[in-house]
Amino acid sequence: MNLKLKALTKSIWVFHVSAGSCNNCDIEILDLFTPRHDVERFGIQLIGSVRHADALLITGAMNRKSVPRMKKIYEQAPKPCLVVAVGQCALSRHMFRDSYNVDRPLDEILPVDLYVPGCPPKPEAIISGIVKLVQKIREKK
Amino acid sequence: MIALFNYLIFPGFLFSACAGLMACWLDRKVSARLQWRRGPAWHQNFTDILKLLGKENILPVQAGRTFMASPYLGLLSVALVATILGRSIISPLESFAGDLIVVLYLLLIPAVALILGASSSRNPLAAVGASREMKQVLSYELPFILAIITVIIKAGGTIQLGEILNRQINFGSHIFSASGLIAFLVALICIQAKIGIGPFDASEADQELMAGVLIEYSGTLLALFKLTKAILLYCLPLFLIILFLGKDISPLFLTLKYLGILIVLILVKNTNPRLRIDQVMKFFWGPVTLLAVIAVGLALVGR
Repeated sequence: MNLKLKALTKSIWVFHVSAGSCNNCDIEILDLFTPRHDVERFGIQLIGSVRHADALLITGAMNRKSVPRMKKIYEQAPKPCLVVAVGQCALSRHMFRDSYNVDRPLDEILPVDLYVPGCPPKPEAIISGIVKLVQKIREKK
Repeated sequence: MIALFNYLIFPGFLFSACAGLMACWLDRKVSARLQWRRGPAWHQNFTDILKLLGKENILPVQAGRTFMASPYLGLLSVALVATILGRSIISPLESFAGDLIVVLYLLLIPAVALILGASSSRNPLAAVGASREMKQVLSYELPFILAIITVIIKAGGTIQLGEILNRQINFGSHIFSASGLIAFLVALICIQAKIGIGPFDASEADQELMAGVLIEYSGTLLALFKLTKAILLYCLPLFLIILFLGKDISPLFLTLKYLGILIVLILVKNTNPRLRIDQVMKFFWGPVTLLAVIAVGLALVGR
């Protein structure tokens, strides 16, 4: 396993993208940084610029307007960059799957590394997802 | 050969980078504990730098050479500051005349590098950040230099760090006089702004400017800026110790004084909300400059 990826798994800087969610998942993500669930213990930080990002945290169903913007944001992030889909909408379009405006799920647009189901997912579920993602990266190399 | 060793390894780059990264960790840990969080592990900042070195470097279109060169400019100059300060503590008699002025100029260069790099990235948010940084430099330099003039007057007109230290070793620290105490407080507030933490981080404001001046930087270049900031966090409290608290500079007391100043900086950072840039200018050109002028006056009459 090489040093580059090991360092990456120990300090994941997260850029939070809301692709038109109902804000419920976003609130649960902010819960991760509160004293109860403090994920800064693992070196995870919420950062402002996509140029600093190691992981894109995507919430919400991908509508026609947000698809090109999402692709642009993914291209702007420096690689290696992980993509995490949080919440049922980002996974499978949930209640919007018959909508005229939401034509395909997230994983047909971007390569998704981790799915966290739930509407909204609990903070504990997101932490367990991150742990599984780190294990996956370590086993792959 | 010895000069190169001094610059690259011991009081210079490598040592000051390690010390600065540990200081950054202390900052994060103490902040976390103040918010009832657990906080990161001690090696977190080293891991961050290592990770950033392995990431892809993205250059904006038309960014040019300034964008690439400015992080190196900042890092080289603060490493030189660390060397000069470290040497003058190890052997106060060997320092050269006028190194106080050199240190003052070199401490300004990281801010200039930040402004240059941000302006050349052609990002509107970075431009706003650069203009804020510029205003901040203009506002804190005046009281900072006045505070240092107080020290120069108290030390009998010398502009040599070693002589200032020697005088304090023989006659007691400058902080134990009225003018010295006031000048120390002024300089403490100014280095808070110089490091760019606490209430004076308007140029990097994460919430409003999305990292502001650093917005277009990624990978190695971002790591260099993070290192520059870490070394500044090591250099500036050390500079204050040399100027104001130079009575006992044995390693134990030096570390204790350094940690004391660092903890004060962190507590101020955590208990004050970010100031708007106009409030920063009013604050520095109003009350802080007034205090600094009073300190200079008191020093002139010998208090």
